[in-house]
Amino acid sequence: MDTVIIKINDERVEVPNDFTILQAAKKMGIDIPTLCYDERLESHAACRMCVVEVEGARNLQTSCSLKVADGMEIKTHSERVIQARKDILDLLWANHPNDCLTCEKSGECKLQEYCYKYDVKETTFEGKRKNYEIDDSSPFFYNNQNKCINCGKCVRVCSELQHTNAIGFSERGFNTHVSTPFEIGIDNSVCVSCGNCVSVCPVGALMPKSKEKFRLWETKKVRTTCSYCGVGCQMDLLVKDNKVVGVQPANGPSNNGLLCVKGKFGFNFINHPDRLNKPLIKKDGQFVESSWEEAYGLIVEKVNNIKSEKGSEVFAGFTSARCTNEENYLFQKLFRAGIGTNSVDHCARL
Amino acid sequence: MNIYRSHVLICGGTGCTSSKSDKLQEKFEKLLVEKELDKEVKVVRTGCFGLCEAGPIIIVYPEGSFYSQVKIDDVEEIIEEHLLKGRIVKRLLFKDAIVEDIVKSVDEVDFYKKQKRIALKNCGVINPEDIDEYIALDGYLALGKALTEMTPEEVIETVKDSGLRGRGGGGFPTGLKWGFTAKAEGNQKYVLCNADEGDPGAFMDRSILEGDPHSVIEAMALAGYAIGSNQGYVYIRAEYPIAVERLQIAINQAREKGLLGKNIFGSDFDFDMEIRLGAGAFVCGEETALIASIEGERGMPRNKPPYPANKGLWQKPTLINNVETYANVAQIILHGADWFKEMGTEKSPGTKVFALGGKINNTGLIEIPMGTTLREVIYEVGGGIPNGKKFKAVQTGGPSGGCITSESLDTPIDFDSLTSIGSMMGSGGMIVMDEDDCMVDIARFFLDFTVEESCGKCPPCRIGTKRMLEILEKITSGKGEPEDLDRLERLAENIKVSSLCGLGQTAPNPVLSTLKHFRHEYEAHVNEKRCPFPHLRINSI
Ligand SMILES: Cc1cc2nc3c(=O)[nH]c(=O)nc-3n(C[C@H](O)[C@H](O)[C@H](O)COP(=O)(O)O)c2cc1C
Ligand code: SF4
Ligand code: SF4
Ligand code: SF4
Repeated sequence: MDTVIIKINDERVEVPNDFTILQAAKKMGIDIPTLCYDERLESHAACRMCVVEVEGARNLQTSCSLKVADGMEIKTHSERVIQARKDILDLLWANHPNDCLTCEKSGECKLQEYCYKYDVKETTFEGKRKNYEIDDSSPFFYNNQNKCINCGKCVRVCSELQHTNAIGFSERGFNTHVSTPFEIGIDNSVCVSCGNCVSVCPVGALMPKSKEKFRLWETKKVRTTCSYCGVGCQMDLLVKDNKVVGVQPANGPSNNGLLCVKGKFGFNFINHPDRLNKPLIKKDGQFVESSWEEAYGLIVEKVNNIKSEKGSEVFAGFTSARCTNEENYLFQKLFRAGIGTNSVDHCARL
Repeated sequence: MNIYRSHVLICGGTGCTSSKSDKLQEKFEKLLVEKELDKEVKVVRTGCFGLCEAGPIIIVYPEGSFYSQVKIDDVEEIIEEHLLKGRIVKRLLFKDAIVEDIVKSVDEVDFYKKQKRIALKNCGVINPEDIDEYIALDGYLALGKALTEMTPEEVIETVKDSGLRGRGGGGFPTGLKWGFTAKAEGNQKYVLCNADEGDPGAFMDRSILEGDPHSVIEAMALAGYAIGSNQGYVYIRAEYPIAVERLQIAINQAREKGLLGKNIFGSDFDFDMEIRLGAGAFVCGEETALIASIEGERGMPRNKPPYPANKGLWQKPTLINNVETYANVAQIILHGADWFKEMGTEKSPGTKVFALGGKINNTGLIEIPMGTTLREVIYEVGGGIPNGKKFKAVQTGGPSGGCITSESLDTPIDFDSLTSIGSMMGSGGMIVMDEDDCMVDIARFFLDFTVEESCGKCPPCRIGTKRMLEILEKITSGKGEPEDLDRLERLAENIKVSSLCGLGQTAPNPVLSTLKHFRHEYEAHVNEKRCPFPHLRINSI
């Protein structure tokens, strides 16, 4: 890989020549604010928060899209840059409901974070604000366009990564908003409810329909692997008072920060009162809670009895797509080598 | 072939067609047959003559008699008097075509005297639906010359040497762009023509496509040869039905004659082209948005670089030029770079087509050599301001440009000098304001346009221009406060520096330039709490 030498905030640095300024700055530990950037998506350069000053360029440049070039001199936090960012925040705020007090995104909202960092207390403008009806047709999430900052991440995730193309921008100019074709509502669209749009939304426009009231700072994040299938998607469970109240995708080698509807929204079973946490053994026509040792012991005993009476061939094993490859391998091994039958199958073949 | 003793040219441009020039043609043809003159007199429906103000226009050759505002009932008289008896019908002549009872031919009329027609060379002269007429006036000769005598590099060099600059607004050197696209690596390249003309009041490109579509087709084929592309697309507004129809006819005729398709002029060069219709979004004229639109995406600009020359349509190297830019190319190849450089100024050679509108006597389409002064255009070609009113300002560059005041009227028109006086060339809209026009309202009009046309991608343009418009509306309705002017200026600067594309970057210009030259009018609104002018909103430019 060829490298180039550039200067960021008067410090020299050598970076690969296909880096953007944003990547180079990140490598140096310099934090450039972004609202529409996502490293998995094509650069969009829409939010204008990542602008920097590049020596010799007339206008400010978006660091998320501009590639480095040898000898480039960049200022990421000059007075002009900071003023431009403040102006952008001022404008975004001029078309955003001022309701952080009750907004569920509070604490994790990027608009809130940057307004805090750049000391934008309130907007300096008056004028029309968006007033759209909330689309709550999806069973899993809301689309509240009054909070949308038009970063386009949801639209691009849905098209570039999820490849569903359920949502897009409709209308122009001030009225531009995220919607389904012909405003038919999420539930009537081709949306597969994967929730990846919800996960990338930097503000409170796309929000899960939560059963719990919680603040993000009250939760603990627990990194885990999704238990629904063998893909092994990484996720963070949001845990409040030992209860799972939400799921956020994490960036694992097999899921690239994405989840499907089950991983993203299907967590209510975890704390459900009907959920089995202990094995049950039927005694005298009644299910009775038992220990794992007792349950396993019973299984081994019954298998051995049947095997000695009727042979191995009467057994068949059926495993689940919710298990990993490794678990499925072990399962067939158990049936073939342990029990002695080749009758073993898997639900994903059906 | 039949030799005719007289030709009756009827303007088939959009202006004259809307004043029923098609009916005139029918009547002429019917009466000529009845009077058995149809073997002697030929009726030709041409593209725009330019002087739309005086439409419908008819020119009768060989005399060059310039009849204006011809009515259906006048047809009989023109045939009886002029075509049968050889007596020009003076009462129907355009007012400047008869001075002190001396009849002037069309070339001697003031409106045309200072003009120099290169891009509009065939407009109003040939029947755009007949390829033979184009060929008769050296059409496709340049393509033949290039394919048989020139290498692609030589074609590019000639365009470079001519100094031709993009007529779509930016003024980028065309030859350089061709060179970049030729050098870009890619197994497939595309040639695009930007015919999305959307500035309020502009109809230069439309008139070229309606009056001389082959000039664009020929140039695109030349471009294809130069950069190594075999496929072109013309992106044109669906609101230009006549242009679309004539262009399609022209493409079909060129295919039939083998001037598009495989092995053109017996060479191994293949080139074909298709039309893509735009749905009327101004922003789709921005080249990256145009490309997105052809690809079937929402027409939203994207950040440059990468430029289309490297990554354009379907990520392939793509050349994109404006209609008028193309309309110059064949003649440059034919007559050479030096011929072209003789016209215009050193840095802006050639001519420029403008659509003259607003408070001016001769509204219409003009083509003048670069370097002509604004004064010459307004007072000589344009015939001055109607009703004895005083000139106040002229807006060039449409919603992206600025206003120019009487102090700068002697500025020669070229890319750089218009920029230096705070406006820009733009694509060629020229709107004249007189003493009755309220400049704050003019600024409001243009800003209203950009607010509507913003694609909504980036906050400065999407929200900022809307907030600017609201402040302007506050001022024009007499509710403005003194601080509003500073706020407007600051907001305008912010939008200029941080918007993504040219639409946002230039949207504040009309406000900034009127604030600069006519700040007292803004102050008058704020101080007197009302518009100091008889309030006529100019929604109809
Ligand atoms: C908002 C916007 C609208 C534009 N509209 C047009 C247009 O209608 N026609 C055009 O030729 N160029 C238009 N342009 C300029 C094009 O992006 C591009 O520069 C031009 O087509 C290049 O051709 P040229 O070099 O021959 O001028 C527009 C640019 C912007 C920013
Ligand atoms: S939930 Fe998934 S499919 Fe539905 S709109 Fe969002 S990203 Fe697209
Ligand atoms: S809904 Fe959220 S992710 Fe989508 S454009 Fe709006 S702010 Fe961005
Ligand atoms: S400047 Fe305006 S038109 Fe251009 S990308 Fe931004 S919002 Fe769209």
